[in-house]
Amino acid sequence: MAKKPIGPVRRDFAPWDDPQAKPYIEFRNVTKTFGDFTAVDNLSLKIYEREFFALLGGSGCGKTTMMRMLAGFETPNAGEIFLDGQNLAGVPPYKRPVNMMFQSYALFPHMSVEANVAFGLKQEGMPKDQIAARVEEMLKLVKLQDFAKRKPHQLSGGQRQRVALARSLAKKPKVLLLDEPLGALDRKLREETQFELTDLQYELGMTFLIVTHDQEEAMTMADRIAVMDRGRIIQIATPAEIYELPNSRFVADFIGDINLMECKVAAKEGEICRMTSVEFGCEIEVAQPVEAGIGETVWFAIRPEKVRISFDEPESRVNAVTGEVWDIAYLGDVSIYHTHIANEQTVRATVANRSRVVERPVGWDDKVWLSWDADAGVVLTK
Amino acid sequence: MRQGPSWFNVTSLVLGFSFLYLPIVLLVIYSFNDSRLVTVWGGFSTRWYGTLLGNQQLLDAAWVTVRVAFASATIATVLGTLAALVLVRSGRFAGRSLFSGMVYAPLVMPEVILGLSLLLLFVAIDQARGFWTIMIAHTTFAMCYVAVVVQSRLAGFDRSLEEAAQDLGCPPARTFLSITLPIILPGVVAGWMLAFTLSLDDLVIASFTTGPEATTLPMKIYSQVRLGVTPEINAICTILVGVVTVVVVFTSLLTKRREVRRAQDMRQAEAQA
Amino acid sequence: MPEQVSTRPRRSLGGWLLIAVPYAWLLFFFLAPFFIVFKISLSEIAVAIPPYMPTFDPADGWNGLVELVGGLSFDNYVWLTQDDLYWKSYISSVSIAAISTLITLLVGFPIAYGMARAPKEWRTTLLMLVILPFWTSFLIRVYAWIGILKNEGLLNQFLLWLGLIDQPLTILNTNLAVYIGIVYSYLPFLVLPLYANLEKLDTSLLEAAADLGCPPWRSFWTITVPLAIPGVIAGCFLVFIPAVGEFVIPDLLGGSETLMIGKTLWMEFFTNRDWPVSSAVAVILLLILVVPIVLFQNQQQKAAERGL
Repeated sequence: MAKKPIGPVRRDFAPWDDPQAKPYIEFRNVTKTFGDFTAVDNLSLKIYEREFFALLGGSGCGKTTMMRMLAGFETPNAGEIFLDGQNLAGVPPYKRPVNMMFQSYALFPHMSVEANVAFGLKQEGMPKDQIAARVEEMLKLVKLQDFAKRKPHQLSGGQRQRVALARSLAKKPKVLLLDEPLGALDRKLREETQFELTDLQYELGMTFLIVTHDQEEAMTMADRIAVMDRGRIIQIATPAEIYELPNSRFVADFIGDINLMECKVAAKEGEICRMTSVEFGCEIEVAQPVEAGIGETVWFAIRPEKVRISFDEPESRVNAVTGEVWDIAYLGDVSIYHTHIANEQTVRATVANRSRVVERPVGWDDKVWLSWDADAGVVLTK
Repeated sequence: MRQGPSWFNVTSLVLGFSFLYLPIVLLVIYSFNDSRLVTVWGGFSTRWYGTLLGNQQLLDAAWVTVRVAFASATIATVLGTLAALVLVRSGRFAGRSLFSGMVYAPLVMPEVILGLSLLLLFVAIDQARGFWTIMIAHTTFAMCYVAVVVQSRLAGFDRSLEEAAQDLGCPPARTFLSITLPIILPGVVAGWMLAFTLSLDDLVIASFTTGPEATTLPMKIYSQVRLGVTPEINAICTILVGVVTVVVVFTSLLTKRREVRRAQDMRQAEAQA
Repeated sequence: MPEQVSTRPRRSLGGWLLIAVPYAWLLFFFLAPFFIVFKISLSEIAVAIPPYMPTFDPADGWNGLVELVGGLSFDNYVWLTQDDLYWKSYISSVSIAAISTLITLLVGFPIAYGMARAPKEWRTTLLMLVILPFWTSFLIRVYAWIGILKNEGLLNQFLLWLGLIDQPLTILNTNLAVYIGIVYSYLPFLVLPLYANLEKLDTSLLEAAADLGCPPWRSFWTITVPLAIPGVIAGCFLVFIPAVGEFVIPDLLGGSETLMIGKTLWMEFFTNRDWPVSSAVAVILLLILVVPIVLFQNQQQKAAERGL
């Protein structure tokens, strides 16, 4: 069966689907413990050249430890890390061809912007005139030419972030590591910078590895995302796949909003799988292969925006459930309807507010029908 | 809820600071007293300062004191900075609690014990006592003060700055010199100044550890104070207080100005952005 | 390929050297002397240089050592219990230090509190004003009080002039003068940690208390004071421990009846030249202070770990 495109984005860059492609960064069975705490648990991961890769997860999931092991600040207890074919074991941080942009930016407070950007080049022993030229080029790239002589404390947050970026790019590292790069910026600036970073990565043709807890950031920027939890990778996929085809309840719940219903597999007929949900009191049919036998418990997951809400009873009772509107969250662009169905269960449905005036809007306590298409949801077995 | 300072707070501050400063102010005033009877005002005069200049013994003692203070402060600053680095950075190692114990204990240890124990050490190793023994004694207790001062500076130090330097290709030793040291320098300088004044002040430890040929200024002052209050002592105290006041006030004004300018810069940077 | 299995950070040679240098210095010049003090406290006074016996001569080797150990005795400690000068000194040192610490706290708390509640732009200046006397000589500050407290001193002149008294008060050379001296000299040690603690106190806590109906005088006792306890403890240790062994203040301001162990030790050493007994005095003093010193250190370490 040909692979159907998932999500609205078409992409031509996909070395991870090519079995011949050589990974650029590879973690092989890496474990890292701090005392009793296992930060990274026997983890393997391949990242390809020119990829914008995101490690996404909550605090303490091990994402920062992964990055710090690659940079050389932590030594794995077991396993190996390769960069461009070279085993990094025993290579100190100051000899690794990767550079990091720190969460706090870590700009040297006693040095000017210029000196900060030049710092790495000086360590290489680059001749002075070349350093000057490179620094200028870098400052131009981040649009800070006029701020070369300033000290870090004379810059705004956004400017500091760009100095940190210029400094870590100056040495043309094989990989740029970004540790929560936008965490300290306000929302508007963060959105702008997200696109700037993606464009920059594309132009420079470099490999970026970003660590973030912000799913929006990861989804906007990354080619692929690894969702991490308790030192393990739960799923590695493109943003669209992560969202549309989560492989587990954890990922489904972590990324975006989702309705989860416990079901039992009732019948399988070719591509079609039929399930019943006791809690929700409904029949569910999906057009996807399900790796579970008849009678086994699975979870049906459906995003609120894929649930239709209407007063009219649908033709089929399959993939439909009735209930009473309990709460409405009006967010301007969309409204989220919390509907109480049988057994005190709630299903959320998001409706885009397309027009300003609606003839008969759905209100509180209205009896409504919720329905969805057979390919709208996903069945999870984990 | 920002109210004006309450009368209670103002009163306690005024009384508190009067208590702290009145004795010193009186001492300074009476050093300009023309009368030999220290408590009877006999008109303004600077003649006691003149007699000081003629007192060769006193000048010698002052010179010894300054040399001891300079040498011990410098060594104590190096050792104390190392000790602070160990406390903040070295993590766990065998004997760590003994080490931190040895750093904090001299801060509160009665001077008579420190002095006596060091003297007995010098006797046990048959070390002739004098300039060097005082200096070593002062270094030992001053380094602990330096360690505490530098430690507090290091505790607020953002480790990612060092990591950033290493990430950009700078080896650890060079990172310390080009990044860490410049940033903790204010703490190190404050530590040196503290060590210097501690050594300058010390009477008890110096009395124990000195030998016949080295007499420090506090020892000299002490032996004269025991005989009673004299205007010369007032004068020399005034000079010491004056020097310390000028240096401390000057440095804190400098720091304050730098902080104010820094705050202004930061406000401007955010406004321009 | 080598697998790295390490739980401890690997320490380079430089890392060990960094630890070794200050460690060795403190071991040799701070810790080792205490063992010597202890050894000498078990010796006898002798008319010799150094003035105690037995002494250890490395040339005698093992036999010398055996003889040395055989010659040691606890006689000096027995002596300390027999002559009531010593135990009276210890008791009065501790009680003078405790009373002075309490007075220092009573004087220092309002100052620290006033500083912490002062407008922000004053605070640095006020802080500097508290630190400044700390930088000036201890000896000078004690000396300054002699001129004030003595019979024909400034305080008596002032009180006579006011007409409050018609006879000069005898303050110098009494315990009262010692209290004044200790409170005055150690005040900054108490105010500084207390101020640091009170200044960090989030005023919104007091606002929250007020919002919940707690009047200011009660929120002072239920919010401010409990949160200031670490500062109070640190400050009291910084005053109490050195004050117990204080020498300069009782010597210059106290009278002949003022017994303090620091002064006793000094006399024993410099006047009687009895090194073994003064060593024994020091050992007992150290034993008395060990508990507060250990408590103080724990507190400091905890504070350092919190990043103060």
